[in-house]
Amino acid sequence: MGLQAYLTLAAVVFGIGLFGVVTRRNTIGILLGIELMMNAVNINLVAFARFSGSEIGMIFTVFAICITVAEAAMGLAIVILLFRTRRTVMADHLDLLKG
Amino acid sequence: MGSGYLTLVALLTPIAAFLVLAIVAPLRRAGRPAAYFSILGAAGSLAAAVSGWRAYDGTGTRLVWDWLTSQGKSLATIGVLADETSTVMLVLVALVAFLVQLYSLSYLSEEPPAALGRYYTYQSLFAFSMMGLVLAPNLLQLFICWELVGLCSYLLIGYWYQKPEAARAAVKAFWTTKAGDVGLLIGIVMLWKVAGTFDLGELRAMASGNQLPLAGLSIITFCIYLGAMGKSAQFPLHVWLPDAMEGPTPVSALIHAATMVTAGVYLLHRTAWLFALTPDVLLIVAWIGAFTALLAAVLACVQDDIKRVLAYSTVSQLGYMMTAIGAGVSVAGFFHLLTHGLFKALLFLGAGAVIHAVGSNDLSRMGGLARRMPQTAIVFVVGTLSLAGIPFFGGFLSKEEILGSVWAGGLVGPFALLMLVAFLTAFYMFRVVFLAFFGAPAVRPAVAVTGFSPIAHYDAAGHHGDHGSHEHDPPAPMLLPLWILALLSLGVGIYSTAAGRILFFGPAAEAGAAEHAAPGWLTPAAVGVAIAGIALAGLTYYTRTISASSLASLFGPIRTAALRKFWIDDFFEGIVAAATLAFSSLIGWIDRYLVDGVLNVLSAWTVTTGDEMRSIQTGRAQDYVYGLAVGLLLLLVWVRWSLT
Repeated sequence: MGLQAYLTLAAVVFGIGLFGVVTRRNTIGILLGIELMMNAVNINLVAFARFSGSEIGMIFTVFAICITVAEAAMGLAIVILLFRTRRTVMADHLDLLKG
Repeated sequence: MGSGYLTLVALLTPIAAFLVLAIVAPLRRAGRPAAYFSILGAAGSLAAAVSGWRAYDGTGTRLVWDWLTSQGKSLATIGVLADETSTVMLVLVALVAFLVQLYSLSYLSEEPPAALGRYYTYQSLFAFSMMGLVLAPNLLQLFICWELVGLCSYLLIGYWYQKPEAARAAVKAFWTTKAGDVGLLIGIVMLWKVAGTFDLGELRAMASGNQLPLAGLSIITFCIYLGAMGKSAQFPLHVWLPDAMEGPTPVSALIHAATMVTAGVYLLHRTAWLFALTPDVLLIVAWIGAFTALLAAVLACVQDDIKRVLAYSTVSQLGYMMTAIGAGVSVAGFFHLLTHGLFKALLFLGAGAVIHAVGSNDLSRMGGLARRMPQTAIVFVVGTLSLAGIPFFGGFLSKEEILGSVWAGGLVGPFALLMLVAFLTAFYMFRVVFLAFFGAPAVRPAVAVTGFSPIAHYDAAGHHGDHGSHEHDPPAPMLLPLWILALLSLGVGIYSTAAGRILFFGPAAEAGAAEHAAPGWLTPAAVGVAIAGIALAGLTYYTRTISASSLASLFGPIRTAALRKFWIDDFFEGIVAAATLAFSSLIGWIDRYLVDGVLNVLSAWTVTTGDEMRSIQTGRAQDYVYGLAVGLLLLLVWVRWSLT
């Protein structure tokens, strides 16, 4: 299988993630969408590393996964705090910035 | 030393005094020392001016330095031009300036020291400016000094600037003369454009060599005349001079009688050869002069303020001089300027002595002063007789020459006006004499209502409540100038009457004036109307054979009009008020509808657009992410397309 297959997979995963982020009402669902987008990026990195013969992409991916974990933890913490103060995790209720 | 250097010394002495007084503040604030210093400068200036006049050898001396050099050529010069006109005029200016400064020492003795120092600083500056004007070898220097003189007049009229009327009068004088000065400036510049020089000598040579284009010259001379009109208080720009009497009386004597107001006449005399090329403008000058003389004489008849009578009389006499210039015999006008300078300064200083004694300008508060102030009365009568044009007094021959030259010039209309003015002059001046110095002493309340100084030395709380003891001849520093001026006036009168010709000038000028010799009946006629005027005044205000009120009712409408100053002041104020209101309402409309309107439309538009646009901002994070993704996608598509 060539590089294009990996890239297509990554693009599809990214699209699914973005769709989730834009359409899910639940904040946790949005976080899941973000995870998907992150992983699509990781797939890209790994695929390019594999096909270019350089390990740097691999190393970068390991870092990215670590950061993703931290980010997920941060995101969940924000959601919990949000629930504590606003008693809801539905994104369309969180419109304090409405003009 | 030649007369050129002597006149230069006379010119530089007062400016040195001014600079010292202006820079050395402690000396100025000390008051009397500053006064002594300034008087010393004026005395030195007078001595130099007199010796410069004596040393004058019949040929003009020019002492000029290059000024405003550009491309190796001097655009103008600066210096002195000593000829038969300027040296005589310089003596008059220096003399009156010196006497007035001496007189002020006593007249303003109760002023605070700082104010006195300020007064003498201005006086020195004025003496310099006027002398610079008189000696100016070119029109540019003349104009600069002309403006300086106007400035000094403003400063000195507004000397008691705490008094609203004085401040108002100063501004009025400044603006009115400035209206004329604009004309003068335009005229000078236009003349420069035509002739390429400011220099009086070169211009004169061009004029006599017929090198000046006659087309358009009338406009130039008329513009120059406008300047003279403002300074020399010709109708309709005469309105400032009576108001200028708000200044101290010595200032009125110096500036508004003897020197500054004569600057216009002097300028026209200086440029008489130029005006001779434009007879149409000369005709205007003559008619306006005669009309001004009559208007002011009528106004002088109804004034109750002694200084205002003298002020209108000055306007009237300036009209006389202008008429002579308009008749083409400027030397007669200039001679009258000199004699008038002497006796009008005398009259003003005499009036100052009276005001100082009585504590009021109002004629009805005076009366019977001849017994208490005999010396003042004598010199005042000498001045009055000079002004009335009685033989053997200062103004006789000069007035005679003017009437003769106007008659010889074929100006019958102005001549008739001037004869009428001669009658009125004698009448109103003797009205003052009889009201102030003869008759019963007026019943005066202990409190003088119109104190002449806001410093309140005659106010209710003052210690001068007992006027009976205060009414006596003034102290020596005030009396001496009066006697000097009276004797000079008398001397010039006797000498000129005996000689029967204009004094001070070379034979050429005298011969020129002699060509316009008056017809034989003129002298008796002129003296006759003057005596008739005196007689009418005597009958009305001395013997009271004719009641003043019936005389007034005889001239009912004219009197009413004259009391309102012929509505000229009202007219100007109306014009100014109407113009100001119209202009401000126009500006108001522009501000309200154009300036504010544009801003209001802009702000309304901003508010509406903002209202419409705010619905985009839902506040939901997902919508923003959606926008971001779509935007990024569009960007990618665009980049892709633009690359191919």
